[in-house]
Amino acid sequence: MDELFGRTGKVLHIDLTSGKAMAEYPDDAVYDAFIGGRGLAGHYLRPFADREYSAPELPLLIFTGPLTGTDSPTSGRGSIVSRSPLTGAMCDGSIGGGLPTRLKKAGYDGLVITGRGSVPCGIEIDDNDVRVVETSLWGQDTDAVLHALEKRLPEDTSLACIGPAAENGSLLASVAVDHRHGGVRGGLGLIWAAKNLKYLTVRGTGDVPVHDPDALAQANEAIVRLTMASPVLMGRHGFSRWGTPALLDLMNSRRMLPTDNFQKTYFEHGAKVNASALAALCEPRDHGCLGCHIHCRKIARDGRSLPGFEALAHFTALIGNDDPETAMAGVDLCGRLGLDPVSAGSVLACLREISGKDYSGKTLLSALREMAEGGDSGQGAAHVAQVCHRPETAMTVKGMELPAYDPRGGYGLALAYAVSTRGGCHQRAFPLSHEVLRKPVATDRFSFSGKARIVKIAEDTLAAADSINACRLIFLAAGLEEYAKALTAVTGKDWSAQSLLETGERITVNERRMNTANGFGAADDDLPARFFTEPGTPGGGIEIPPIDREAFLQARHNYYVVRGLDKNGAATPETLQRLGLDG
Amino acid sequence: MKSLCAKFAAKLAAQGIAPERGPDAPLIGGLDAELTWNREDPRTSLLSGLFDRLSINSLVFVRPAEPYRTILDFLASRNPNAIRPEDTETRTFLHDIPVCREFALSAMTGLLERRKVIVLPGRGIVSCGTVSPEQGFVSVSSAIFSTFVLFFSDYLNRARRNALDDEYIKTFSRVVRLLPEPRQIPPALAQGPFRDEESVVSAMAEAGRKVVGFGLVDSFFGNISYLLNGTIYISQTGSSLDELNGCIDPCPLDGSSTNGLTASSELTAHEDIYRRSRYDCILHGHPKFSVIMSMDCERVDCPSRGRCHLDCPECRTVDGVPVVPGEVGTGPTGLCHTLPPAMAANGAALVHGHGLFTSGEKDFNAPFARLLEIENRCRELYFERLSEYV
Repeated sequence: MDELFGRTGKVLHIDLTSGKAMAEYPDDAVYDAFIGGRGLAGHYLRPFADREYSAPELPLLIFTGPLTGTDSPTSGRGSIVSRSPLTGAMCDGSIGGGLPTRLKKAGYDGLVITGRGSVPCGIEIDDNDVRVVETSLWGQDTDAVLHALEKRLPEDTSLACIGPAAENGSLLASVAVDHRHGGVRGGLGLIWAAKNLKYLTVRGTGDVPVHDPDALAQANEAIVRLTMASPVLMGRHGFSRWGTPALLDLMNSRRMLPTDNFQKTYFEHGAKVNASALAALCEPRDHGCLGCHIHCRKIARDGRSLPGFEALAHFTALIGNDDPETAMAGVDLCGRLGLDPVSAGSVLACLREISGKDYSGKTLLSALREMAEGGDSGQGAAHVAQVCHRPETAMTVKGMELPAYDPRGGYGLALAYAVSTRGGCHQRAFPLSHEVLRKPVATDRFSFSGKARIVKIAEDTLAAADSINACRLIFLAAGLEEYAKALTAVTGKDWSAQSLLETGERITVNERRMNTANGFGAADDDLPARFFTEPGTPGGGIEIPPIDREAFLQARHNYYVVRGLDKNGAATPETLQRLGLDG
Repeated sequence: MKSLCAKFAAKLAAQGIAPERGPDAPLIGGLDAELTWNREDPRTSLLSGLFDRLSINSLVFVRPAEPYRTILDFLASRNPNAIRPEDTETRTFLHDIPVCREFALSAMTGLLERRKVIVLPGRGIVSCGTVSPEQGFVSVSSAIFSTFVLFFSDYLNRARRNALDDEYIKTFSRVVRLLPEPRQIPPALAQGPFRDEESVVSAMAEAGRKVVGFGLVDSFFGNISYLLNGTIYISQTGSSLDELNGCIDPCPLDGSSTNGLTASSELTAHEDIYRRSRYDCILHGHPKFSVIMSMDCERVDCPSRGRCHLDCPECRTVDGVPVVPGEVGTGPTGLCHTLPPAMAANGAALVHGHGLFTSGEKDFNAPFARLLEIENRCRELYFERLSEYV
């Protein structure tokens, strides 16, 4: 076999029913068509994407990309992919820490985990040694599990696990990766629990061969230079210094910080809970994924992880809480219970709007524990609002709770939320980059003009980024132009920004056709009615009117046209054929 | 979309990059669900094909005005594959400027799949955007700026090495004849000190417009700030200095807010200049001859050559104005480390291959006058230095 560059060429299938592992060596054409990461995982998911989350044959996919494990900046990332128990749509989570790098160095481009253990189990990978082992850690919270595994395993081992939320059937169950690098949404933790899989450990000591190290060094230099020139990433007010909570002041000043369950868009106590206040409270230190120079994660002096912006905003402004310590405690508990803090915060906000009752520190934590016990509140905001006969209070798209950016403050964001293949997600097209952060150039955030095509191209860009597995954040500075050079240097195959975009398009449409097969249509590509009927909070010379419904529908129609979809949002046969997805 | 196309066509004309009317006026296309152009032209039928082949939403095609047209065509004739300027804009954002020999779809597509802007000798420049026509405008303007700096820098270096040929001499002579006369009298700007946010923002917007109007910066380069009561008011990253309304961020020096997330990438340098000095305001432009002179060095055998922008070991000045190394932003080789001490000591400084910073007290009159004076002096100095060799 020719030497492989940027990939191991091996995908490991693990059947938890039998406890057996088997290697597969995919064809070059599969890698060319889907690259790796989210794209390649989507290829493996599609034949089983209509299965219920509890079906043993529904795969849990953990994939790396061709840049994972190389010197390419911010590329120590991977993707967890399956069908979302929360939404029924395809779903992926980008994970960092050290796990993806170690998985690649152990010799695997990805894991396809199927079946169901007869008893709670863990998967332990140490290079070629792959074991499915029975575990007594079921019932433990994520901190306890990870600490127990750390005591037993070599220091250079990476760890991922689920918490009680998943075990108890919560649709908001997340996955903890290397303590602080999970952030997986859509209830994907529940897939682990359905397979009786409590944890995964990976140790890898191999190298990832690079085709042209000198060319990679040149590409890296250009990427790092652009990062250093980025105020958002590396500036004194940027993520490198403050973490992503640096966004809170900006969202507030732009009158797009979701407050009181999206009933307002400005939090008057923002200064009490912003990045500066959090830093004063926690005296954090920097922490980053393997291979990253940005270090956007911050660890408090007491060892707790500082919340990212979305979690912080949802545990403060969204629920009317002006105490940063309460927010810290809430997000920390989510981590230990294995709850997605963004969705959990949204459920809290929904319940608060319905009940009219504020949270104290104590009632907040008790509500989270209840959520992790799998009752109504653990089934997500849409379910809670439905059973309380107040469906209008669920701030969700396709059943997934919206993150901390109000769509009335950015019309590209509004469109991106609506058409996202994974539901309420700002990261599929990240319109914030141009509507607020001015990169690559600023656009008019209160206009749909041009946004359909912009959203489509951005979705393709980020699908490619998630598949080569570079951090999405770095695309606030560098672009596919620079990363295509890195990818070419690593793989020895000729990539361009355009060829990456074309591959990103295939990956996105592949996800959309899975959703179409599961019954998603135009009615699901929509926003909660509140955004079309209620204004946001004006101030600072900014008016936040409701979004014009007709203009939104026209923009969505335009998106369908430029994406090659029919009137119901399904890929046309011509589009599928053009992208080689008609087989 | 059509109005955006028209807006950036007008800006290209206002900057003198292209004529406002006639066959060489800019062609700008924008695509959402449908493709629109700012004007009718037979070439749009070919250029529209680029929208079919590339994942773009906008495209700018310009046949530059003089002297840029002559410069581009000359450099393209000397660099068959790509033009490689060495100024900061190119190093950081453009990387290089590929040369496309054919005005044909496949040839242009092949290059634009990989790069932001390409040159078609004898025809013009093409650039694309995925978000807005502004991207194409920025790339075209950057290419024009960078190639101007390269042309003059290279000519002086060759003269120093006695390596000029007849064609270069003839072309240079033509370009110099086409240069506009320098402006000499600075404008009268609002007088400070400014006591409230409204006055500060208004004064910054006025100074920004004038800096662009005097050709001391292309509209999207540069930055401007004012210090009022412990808060720096600074232009936002990527903002056009002639369109600063709504694009100025208040950034408290005490770090109590992170509103500076969208501020200019040079905020850190501005903060440290204010901390070290008595100044209240800073102007940063990219006057072309200042940039050219910042890169001029007689030490052809210097062991640091090629890394001058990172760690020039010399204490260099251009007619008394210090020249410091430093890249954009805050990295270990960022200008945030080198610029503040130089500015605090001198009130003005050049960053190698990048641009000129000036500062003042109370209002922008003094820093504006100094910006203009230094640029004009750099222009004189360029030809004085050249006369030593030719």
